[in-house]
Amino acid sequence: MLAQQLLNGLVVGSTYALFALGFTLMFGVLGVINLVYGFYLSLGAFIALFATQAGLSIWLALPAAALTTGVIAVVLDGLLLTPLRKAKAPELSSLMVTLGGTLFLYSLANLLFSTDIRRFPVGVVDATAYDIAGMRVSMTQLLIMGAVVVMVSALLFVMRGTRLGLGLRAMAERPDTAELMGVDSASLVRLVSLICGTLAGACGVLIGLNYNAIQPYMGEVMMLKGFAVIILGGLGDIRGALIGGLLIGMLETLTAGYIASTWKDAVGFVVLVLTLWIRPSGLFGRLAAKRA
Amino acid sequence: MLTRRSILAAASVAAIIFSSAASAQTPITIGAIEILTGPNNKYGIAIKNGFDLALEEVNKAGGVLGVPLAIAYEDSAGNKDQALNAARQLIGARKVPLILGPTLSNEMFAVGPVAVERRIPIVGTSTTANGITAIGPYVFRTSLPEADVIPVTLRTAKEKLGVKRVAVMYGHDDAFTKSAYDVMKGAIEKLGLETVATETFGSKDTDFSAQLTKIKALNPDAIVVSALVEAGAGILLAKKQLGIPDSVRVIGGNGLNSPQVPQVAGAAANGTLVGSPWFIDKADEANKSFVARYQAKYNMAPDQFAAQAYDTLFIVAKAITAAGEANPQKIRDALGKVTHQGVMGPFSFTPDRDPADTSGVVVIEMKDGKFQIFK
Repeated sequence: MLAQQLLNGLVVGSTYALFALGFTLMFGVLGVINLVYGFYLSLGAFIALFATQAGLSIWLALPAAALTTGVIAVVLDGLLLTPLRKAKAPELSSLMVTLGGTLFLYSLANLLFSTDIRRFPVGVVDATAYDIAGMRVSMTQLLIMGAVVVMVSALLFVMRGTRLGLGLRAMAERPDTAELMGVDSASLVRLVSLICGTLAGACGVLIGLNYNAIQPYMGEVMMLKGFAVIILGGLGDIRGALIGGLLIGMLETLTAGYIASTWKDAVGFVVLVLTLWIRPSGLFGRLAAKRA
Repeated sequence: MLTRRSILAAASVAAIIFSSAASAQTPITIGAIEILTGPNNKYGIAIKNGFDLALEEVNKAGGVLGVPLAIAYEDSAGNKDQALNAARQLIGARKVPLILGPTLSNEMFAVGPVAVERRIPIVGTSTTANGITAIGPYVFRTSLPEADVIPVTLRTAKEKLGVKRVAVMYGHDDAFTKSAYDVMKGAIEKLGLETVATETFGSKDTDFSAQLTKIKALNPDAIVVSALVEAGAGILLAKKQLGIPDSVRVIGGNGLNSPQVPQVAGAAANGTLVGSPWFIDKADEANKSFVARYQAKYNMAPDQFAAQAYDTLFIVAKAITAAGEANPQKIRDALGKVTHQGVMGPFSFTPDRDPADTSGVVVIEMKDGKFQIFK
């Protein structure tokens, strides 16, 4: 049973990490807490749902939905946040604007799609669970864990090992100085929005596949956990999103499995508060004083 | 404002016309408040259809007390203030001796006290919440509350499947699933079943693997689940994914009695057991003929709400006949003594004005995407 519970925790944690990656990147590079991010997850799931219903294979629908979501994220970012960046508005304004945006978008999705839960057509992926050393694991679960490994490695490589990453890190540090050094910040902002939207969209499709439950508010449910994960891991840190996600997922599962399921949701937030007492900027966070 | 005023004007004109018509023809007119417009109107429409079908038959058989029976409908639109206005209108202007409805329990909590104060019997056909009939001595209901259905489901599982040890899962952040859990817990104790684990989840959770992995290790005979459709379907899917055998049934409350469950959970929903106060495929003659006539008249299949309304109108007609005149007090007293054999099964009221008989409850099981009677 322990092995199965650890696997359960790993899968849940992977979905949290997957969700938190783009969210934390957005904060780290663009310096905004973009509340619309949760909506991208719902959007990705719905696009893939309609694509598969129209007969497209999930292996095409998944990347297509993820990329489409990325493009929509670029457009929404341009509409909602670019005017604020130009006006050099304080961070609170961007929080309020994205809050308004997210409420509007969820209501719109609710109106268009209704809150009924839907699922991908039966058989889009192999639903059989495999017995491996006494553990039950399904194709989508393997896919989710694999996606986390791939995406984390790719992001770390881009950020640490490429010129693009250097530009992004420079922009995260001091946007105006970066621009003076020849970084084209407007196109980098678009690129980051594209990457983050794509990540969220892919995450939505994978979560939709794994739990067979697609509804407009699925992103909002993840948002609260996503917040806990990136604050625990340290705002803006990719390793933090990974470790934070896995930690919270694992703790929740083990709490439900061995202590009491009533405590499941509380435990993540207890750990969050305890961590912040000891490390106010999260596990991997840098001190927030850099902008002072 | 303008629309509201014109509606009021139209309503009062209608009231005058109707009341003069009533004195000319003198049918006995009872009131009904149902959700006829708005997002929940499918319930109100089904109920109205059920009433109208029964009304047709009552009047074909000679009506009540030698005159035809008529129903004055008012729309609540699912809004308890509008339901309240409708009740005042029916009691004050139309002088109805009895009100049918309203559709929702929370509408009844608003309307019931007015009916009690004005001493007009009011009969809910779809109000299943706790405490409805406790509003006062004029409030009746004909729909079986969930508290009466769940014990029948569990007893049937014990008798037919030999279920002895159960695990329980319920949504702990939702009033509906929590109150159903309380009923389940009571019924499990009464039947002498052993509870090996009680697990909770949030109504918005999607992951149930931790709870079910624990339950799997305890090896129960069945899993009793109080959940709404979303979580319920998720539990069924996770149960299958974790390899809990199909012989371990999921026994659900009314939340799982929904055609949406198999749409989401697919084959994983097979074997799910739920109880229902009525079921379309019930084989008795009264039910078969009701379903056929309903289908012919409305060109769609009846649901539980239509069936409950259909029976209720006969019960009310019998009470008016027994009362001997269209007097609210006499009808109220007569309602308590009515017995009726309807499509829901045998019916009578308890002294507390709730349905007395649960023998009409049908236990149904999911098989290949459809519920069917569990044998």
